Amino acid sequence: MLGLNKKDATLLGVVAVLVIFAPFILNPFPQDSAMAQFNAGYPDLMQRFVIFGIFAIGFNILFGLTGYLSFGHAAFLGVGSYSAVWMFKLLSMNVIPAILLAMVVSGLFALLIGFISLRRTGIYFSILTLAFAEMSFRLAYSVLTPITNGETGLQLTLEDPRILGQTATETGGIPVTSLFGMEMRETATMYFGGWSFQFNNGYYMCGVILLLAFYISIRIFRSPFGMMLRAVKSNQQRMNYTGLNTRPYTLAAFVISGMYAGLAGGLMASMDPLAGAERMQWTASGEVVLMTILGGAGTLIGPVLGAGFIKYFENIFSKINESVLHSWFHALPDGLENALIWIAEHFVGSGWHLTLGLLFMLVVTFLPGGLVEGGQRIGRLFSRKKQADKKTATQSTPAE
Amino acid sequence: MGILEVKNVGKRFGGLQALGDVNLSVAENSVHAIIGPNGAGKSTLLNCLVGKLIPDTGSVMFDGQSVLGRTPYEINQMGISRVFQTPEIFGDLTVMENMMIPCFARRDGAFKLNGIKSVESETEIRDRAEAMMEDMNLAEKRHMHAASMSRGDKRRLEIAMCLAQEPRLLLLDEPTAGMARADTNNTIDLLKEIKQKRDITIVIIEHDMHVVFSLAERITVLAQGTPLVEDVPEKIKGHPKVREAYLGETAAA
Amino acid sequence: MDAIILQILNGLDKGSAYALIALGLTLIFGTLGVVNFAHGALFMIGAFCAVTLNKLLNLSVETVDPTRTDFLGNPLKVKTPYVENWFGPEFGHAIIDWSVPLAILFSIPIMIAIGFIMERGLIKHFYRRPHADQILVTFGLAIVLQELIKHYYGANPIQTPAPDAFRGSFDFGAMLGFDPNTIIYPYWRMIYFAFAAVIIGGVFAFLQFTTFGMVVRAGMADRETVGLLGINIDKRFTIMFGLAAAVAGLAGVMYAPINSPNYHMGMDFLVLSFVVVVVGGMGSLPGAVLAGFLLGILESFASMNEIKSILPGIDQIIIYVAAIIILLTRPRGLMGRKGVMED
Repeated sequence: MLGLNKKDATLLGVVAVLVIFAPFILNPFPQDSAMAQFNAGYPDLMQRFVIFGIFAIGFNILFGLTGYLSFGHAAFLGVGSYSAVWMFKLLSMNVIPAILLAMVVSGLFALLIGFISLRRTGIYFSILTLAFAEMSFRLAYSVLTPITNGETGLQLTLEDPRILGQTATETGGIPVTSLFGMEMRETATMYFGGWSFQFNNGYYMCGVILLLAFYISIRIFRSPFGMMLRAVKSNQQRMNYTGLNTRPYTLAAFVISGMYAGLAGGLMASMDPLAGAERMQWTASGEVVLMTILGGAGTLIGPVLGAGFIKYFENIFSKINESVLHSWFHALPDGLENALIWIAEHFVGSGWHLTLGLLFMLVVTFLPGGLVEGGQRIGRLFSRKKQADKKTATQSTPAE
Repeated sequence: MGILEVKNVGKRFGGLQALGDVNLSVAENSVHAIIGPNGAGKSTLLNCLVGKLIPDTGSVMFDGQSVLGRTPYEINQMGISRVFQTPEIFGDLTVMENMMIPCFARRDGAFKLNGIKSVESETEIRDRAEAMMEDMNLAEKRHMHAASMSRGDKRRLEIAMCLAQEPRLLLLDEPTAGMARADTNNTIDLLKEIKQKRDITIVIIEHDMHVVFSLAERITVLAQGTPLVEDVPEKIKGHPKVREAYLGETAAA
Repeated sequence: MDAIILQILNGLDKGSAYALIALGLTLIFGTLGVVNFAHGALFMIGAFCAVTLNKLLNLSVETVDPTRTDFLGNPLKVKTPYVENWFGPEFGHAIIDWSVPLAILFSIPIMIAIGFIMERGLIKHFYRRPHADQILVTFGLAIVLQELIKHYYGANPIQTPAPDAFRGSFDFGAMLGFDPNTIIYPYWRMIYFAFAAVIIGGVFAFLQFTTFGMVVRAGMADRETVGLLGINIDKRFTIMFGLAAAVAGLAGVMYAPINSPNYHMGMDFLVLSFVVVVVGGMGSLPGAVLAGFLLGILESFASMNEIKSILPGIDQIIIYVAAIIILLTRPRGLMGRKGVMED
């Protein structure tokens, strides 16, 4: 199907189902139940899941396949956001030209940075990309203010020309982003008993693009090009002595992943039309590295899982505060309750980053393959059990 | 006129004259060995042939074209493949994938953005890789990760990868270094078989006299960066100059 | 001329901090082969050692002074630090005043202990893992350390003053024959530079002139061979890690009065220090020191108004521009060796 083998088609299908039914899946608890704080099915957060998923998928094409660890990918995301907002300011509020421009500009930017940075390997490459990204970040804050609007961030105003659209709505407000008239912010809510499910236009557009991005990434992974990228990671010397020029391969991977980042940035601006320099900071670059590694670098689904995982727990953990903790532990004896709360407090609310840091150390130490490897290990555990059961009956062949 | 013509090649590293004035002519479809004691400049010479080093003086012509100033991948695309002293393979990839990469390189050249078709649908490439694996007794290991194979199998795979490109010249850099006698003999048989089956020129750099005399049709003896003698193996064996410069030194060591 | 001297001086203290952190990073990388992204956090912890000692010394007992009243007529409550009670007001006050220099003594055992725990507890399991894994796990550790500090000390910078005696500035201009007040330089920054010079000199002397240092240098050059000689190199490397942690910590302690410590100062310095290490050349100690000072001084020159008016924004990016140019023209940095960290 679609030029994919059965396994990959199934994977794509699973992701598609998850994306389509996310408003249900992420809202398993009734609105006014105590567990409602674990719901994640509201538009803003779901949009972030898919947008960061796209960002991580793209990053994985570079890092997962070629092994080149870029510490500056947020620069492309930021450039994509700025381009998209400019498109909203100058052309129209339609998201399609904005997203296309975001991809083109970030692609060109990646071509330039990649062309220079890929002359070096290992940590020297990482530092070069970091240097370029920090440069972009700082310039966006200072000299490039006419383009980026400095610290305030680039926003839409009532004076923007929008030559193909309208400068202001009839009521005198700033128009909103749309896809040929379909407003991105529009949300339909479905009530069902105590539950409420929200279906947001913007989310579903991002979701469709995520599926497309994921599909393209599968095709790249399975193509001769993808195989060449893995060969680059494995042994550059042998590549050269097999008559293959590694530079254009890595550059192509770099540009593709830069365009993915630009796409993510463009989508971010399409959901909420503003762009700030902090999106380009190295901490933002670090975040996508974390997502990819946590999910499983070099695997297809890993980056999507990692992005979802980090964004979900970031949201949930940072919402939990002391009173929530008290309500959880109130059944316990006072001393124990206070002790537990004292411990738990470190990890929730603004302490979420502590949890993330610890989790990250644990994953790198014990599960270098990330969540995907964890899943595989559990899967193997079960299949071994099954095999052991079957062994008496038939000779089973080990799964590949 | 041989397929490989090395003329007056010299290379200096700082104060060390690694290659003095090397002249070498390798006839097409022959097996030519370059021997010499440690530090004679064998590896430097080889690196000058494949573009890893650029000689200070002289010229290197392959099939009438100069290789100087070209990058290793360009020289490879001209038809020169190299086997390393320690096997250089794609350890993270399967044997099958290892075999397919040179097949792609042969068909598509140094770079092709082939990102749409899947590897599985490249039947022509797969068939070639399969055939080559059959030929080299690697077919049963096709799904193994290359890094997990034995040293002998890695060597075999590396040679197979080079041959899959159908090179006109195969350079072997001490292919039996660090191998046990049995493995060495297997490699000799493998190379003999290869030579029998195809039209290929082989240049082999070797320490082990047993390997050299089993395979080579012509031998060049290199000492201190300059060729001492070049002749057929029978004459090299008893040559006084060689005894003096080469065998004398190995005996002392 | 005076402006140039002033900028060189201004670059020295930042350059000193870069050089000290980069030196520690390089020691760890060169000896243990580990890329330590948590090194900035060690610098930060050092600075917070100064904060902690300052706070500890300021712990006060509250007494009612019946002889005085506040503006409402109630008896005045007076806070007296314990140290002033114990050692008398004058000596006690001096101790508090000198809390930052005293924190040097306070921080050394703490930093060495943290270094040992880090190496034995975490880093040693990563010797044989890829550099990317080392970067990632130490990055995670850096986040953890920084968040812990944030949890206990809050997110705001904490002022930690230098001793009163060093609070003024020295007029270099007058000394060198320029107009007075053209080149003034705070005493504490001079002390910081001198301190950094002593530490750097000490580390080099230690590596150059002691047997221990010789073994470590040999280990940096060829780890396996030294191991084969029957020398327990691992134990020495643990000690090196403690030493590197102490160097970073001391750099942080002394930096506290220059820039009020906050929880993210480690990360801010880490990124720049990494650029410094790479520019100097991975694994080269002199390279790290040279690049540290070079980039510190470059940064301060770029912030001159004359230069900013020609190249606006250059002060923001000069370090990165320099790093890119150096890496492209000298593939292994200023003094790097071949084959290090290129896989």
